[in-house]
Amino acid sequence: MTRSDWLYICRLDDIPASGARVVRIDGRPDIALFRTLDDRVFALHDRCPHKGGPLSQGIVHGARVTCPLHAWVINLDSGRAVEPDVGATACFRVRCENGEVFLNRADARGSTAVAERETCAVA
Amino acid sequence: MNVKAKQKLVLIGNGMAGVRTLEELLKLAPDLYDITVFGAEPHPNYNRILLSPVLAGEQTIEQIVLNDWDWYHDNGITLHTSKKIVKIDRRQRRVIAEDGTEATYDRLLLATGSNPFMLPIPGKDLDGVLAYRDIADTHAMIGAAQKYKHAVVIGGGLLGLEAANGLKLRGMDVTVVHVLDTLMERQLDASAAGLLKLSLEQRGLTFAMNRKTQELLGDEHGRVRAVRFADGEEIPAELVVMAIGIRPNTALAESAGLQCNRGILVSDTMQTYDPRIYAVGECAAHRGIAYGLVAPLFEQAKVCANHLAEFGIGIYSGSVTSTKLKVTGIDLFSAGDFNGGADTEEITLADPIGGVYKKLVIRDDKLVGACLYGDTTDGAWYFKLLREGRKIDDIRDTLMFGEANLGDTGHSGESRAATMADDAEVCGCNGVCKGNIVKAIKTQGLFTVDAVRKHTKASSSCGSCTGLVEQILASALGGDYSAAPKKKPICACTVYSHEEVRMAIRENKLTSLMAAMAFMEWSTPNGCATCRPALNYYLISTWPHEARDDPQARFINERAHANIQKDGTYSVIPRMWGGITNASELRRIADVVDKYQIPTVKVTGGQRIDLLGVKKEDLQNIWRDLDMPSGHAYAKALRTVKTCVGSEWCRFGTQDSTRMGIELEKALWRMYAPHKVKLAVSGCPRNCAESGIKDVGVIGVDSGWEIYVAGNGGIKTDVAQFFCKLKTHEEVLEYAGAFLQLYREEGHYLERTVHYVSRVGLDYCKKRVLDDDEGRRALWARLQDALRDEADPWHEPQKAAVDLRQFAPIKAVLVEESA
Repeated sequence: MTRSDWLYICRLDDIPASGARVVRIDGRPDIALFRTLDDRVFALHDRCPHKGGPLSQGIVHGARVTCPLHAWVINLDSGRAVEPDVGATACFRVRCENGEVFLNRADARGSTAVAERETCAVA
Repeated sequence: MNVKAKQKLVLIGNGMAGVRTLEELLKLAPDLYDITVFGAEPHPNYNRILLSPVLAGEQTIEQIVLNDWDWYHDNGITLHTSKKIVKIDRRQRRVIAEDGTEATYDRLLLATGSNPFMLPIPGKDLDGVLAYRDIADTHAMIGAAQKYKHAVVIGGGLLGLEAANGLKLRGMDVTVVHVLDTLMERQLDASAAGLLKLSLEQRGLTFAMNRKTQELLGDEHGRVRAVRFADGEEIPAELVVMAIGIRPNTALAESAGLQCNRGILVSDTMQTYDPRIYAVGECAAHRGIAYGLVAPLFEQAKVCANHLAEFGIGIYSGSVTSTKLKVTGIDLFSAGDFNGGADTEEITLADPIGGVYKKLVIRDDKLVGACLYGDTTDGAWYFKLLREGRKIDDIRDTLMFGEANLGDTGHSGESRAATMADDAEVCGCNGVCKGNIVKAIKTQGLFTVDAVRKHTKASSSCGSCTGLVEQILASALGGDYSAAPKKKPICACTVYSHEEVRMAIRENKLTSLMAAMAFMEWSTPNGCATCRPALNYYLISTWPHEARDDPQARFINERAHANIQKDGTYSVIPRMWGGITNASELRRIADVVDKYQIPTVKVTGGQRIDLLGVKKEDLQNIWRDLDMPSGHAYAKALRTVKTCVGSEWCRFGTQDSTRMGIELEKALWRMYAPHKVKLAVSGCPRNCAESGIKDVGVIGVDSGWEIYVAGNGGIKTDVAQFFCKLKTHEEVLEYAGAFLQLYREEGHYLERTVHYVSRVGLDYCKKRVLDDDEGRRALWARLQDALRDEADPWHEPQKAAVDLRQFAPIKAVLVEESA
């Protein structure tokens, strides 16, 4: 990991466990930054694939979030809706080191294709 | 990585009970086992119960497949079809098929089903003599119907009559032979059976009642040609279907030395005498009963899966069953002890000309049996009453006329399903029509309301159509409908019901979410969006001041203390005590609207002012600038106390309703509850504050106050019920508070007072609040204690455990590498 590939966002402790924060970069669309109970961190475009609800405001359970508007359940590691609902929201690679959370710059800029990201979970 | 080798699970019997167990298991522990399935038939798992519609030409084999080949493949299951297991080697833990195929196991699941019972009479092995059990039998019957004319069905039970009806529809002359003088004696009483026989005769079936079959006679090619009775009479038959009963298929289990007695003996955990071997379905005998209907099998599957998944907390304690005949156009339903006995009472309605017969059997004020013929629309409702064991003395006079005649509750639509058109809308929230639901039930093989909810979204929002969806399920599936069990778990994360969870929290003094989930062995790491808020409420309502309120276990509205809107903005409703405001408050509200450019200002139904379209970042500043208490319009809590102007101004007013309303609101605000709570106080019986549709409605009369409870103006209008009449303001506070505390202590999360009261009964609430003076005072004291020091989240956020970080987004700047 080179410093230049990753953008510092916040400390892990700035995100509530089993919760989320909104990240706003240069006035781009909001990103929802999630922290699970076991301190894994995920980032998704803050829009539910169903009707655009802000996923950052949902209830985080396991590695999933339930959208606050119509209770779609979205997998945090892929952005995909849990079956039988169908749809996906963009996910961003994120990493956590020494209690600090970084977002992949290319993903944040939107210059990586969604398909390339495969999963936003990076060890 | 330290990868543990998977255990091996072998299933013998690729039918509904076994595969359902696998489905339940995969839901709980998808990666625990390598699974191998052996089936004697050449098909993937299909819905055996729908063979009758296939025989009748109403459905095809493809339509009744429940799990297609892809399902086995996608779940990594090795499937051996057309391979009959002939030996279980328990010592070496392996099974051996007829063709020599072997598989070893760590756990073995037996779901070998049952065998049709064949009469041991001469000629039983002739060509054209069949049982009615599987796809092969069904194909043979369809084939025979094309070539031959005369069919005889031996057995006038459920299966026999369905077979006879199907063969008749396929053009054969069918005679049903029955050894007794009434049909379906295990499901019907004599009166209903008589009506059924009449109706089937009108469809062209012939009956030979009270006749014993002695011999089947063959022709020169070895095919059956006639049936001879004990009295010597012969009738022609080129097809004979024996449908006289089934016997649990225990041959394999017995040969392996497993204890059997009319079924493979299993414990309440579906375990056989060999702890590595489980059995479910028709082959299993649980507490002496081998069930042949699908609903119990599915309950067994759930319990068995729980133990296979090593959760170890499911208990199967037997089932109450109901039957429905799947002959299109004949409505017949029976459940429980429909014959009754010396200690039962019966209510009957008989209209032989109209073809309607209903009998309800009652013991100790509870419905214990029902037998319906001709009009079965209320079957599901009676079955529900029966399983719940609810006292019916209060509705006894209208019980016979069905749920629709219970008055207001008729809106839940319990009896409409069967007559609804396919394009009729069932779920108004999600725009789902009956046709969508029926199609999903048939094509996706759905059996539960939960599954319908997931696939179609029907009843997934407000839930008011749940009754109707249940009814559609029941009418689409007939007897296969596995009605929700009496005890409903809160969600898929647990096996425990709301009551059990509350009791565990109270009796074991659980004060945190993680402690509660650990204690009750939750199957998920930290629950889901359904159970977390429920548990959090149970914790804080059971242990006020002691339990930790977890904001992350609350829905966003109760976390942000504002009401989320469709575009992600929020609405803010400040509290105005009793709906009274003044110039200073209105001026501050107007200034806030200007300053924060709030797009919409609306007066609510609860006499408050709603500011809509507020950005989350502005919430804290708006609360500060308003300088008014939180209105809790976002919370499962006391919302508003609506009042009329009352005796202070109104020329008709008999009581000071405004003051009473303000007193109630000041006493009860910040009160979290299972669901939202709305009150109203009117100053005279003209009732301008609409007290008749509130959780607690107070109406002033000349001599005091009348209290009404459990009204609801929402999804389904329910008029509040008269509770008591009181003299003083202090009494109103104490009685209303005690009633609400009772609801807070006993209501299920998300259950409104109307549903709580209809569950426990108004008499019960009266007993606790009106008859028991000490108990009432204690309830009122507990409520006051719980509300003591409860913080206003808008103005004391630290004390109310509001996470303030949420109101500010984290800002970051992308600096380009080249810069």
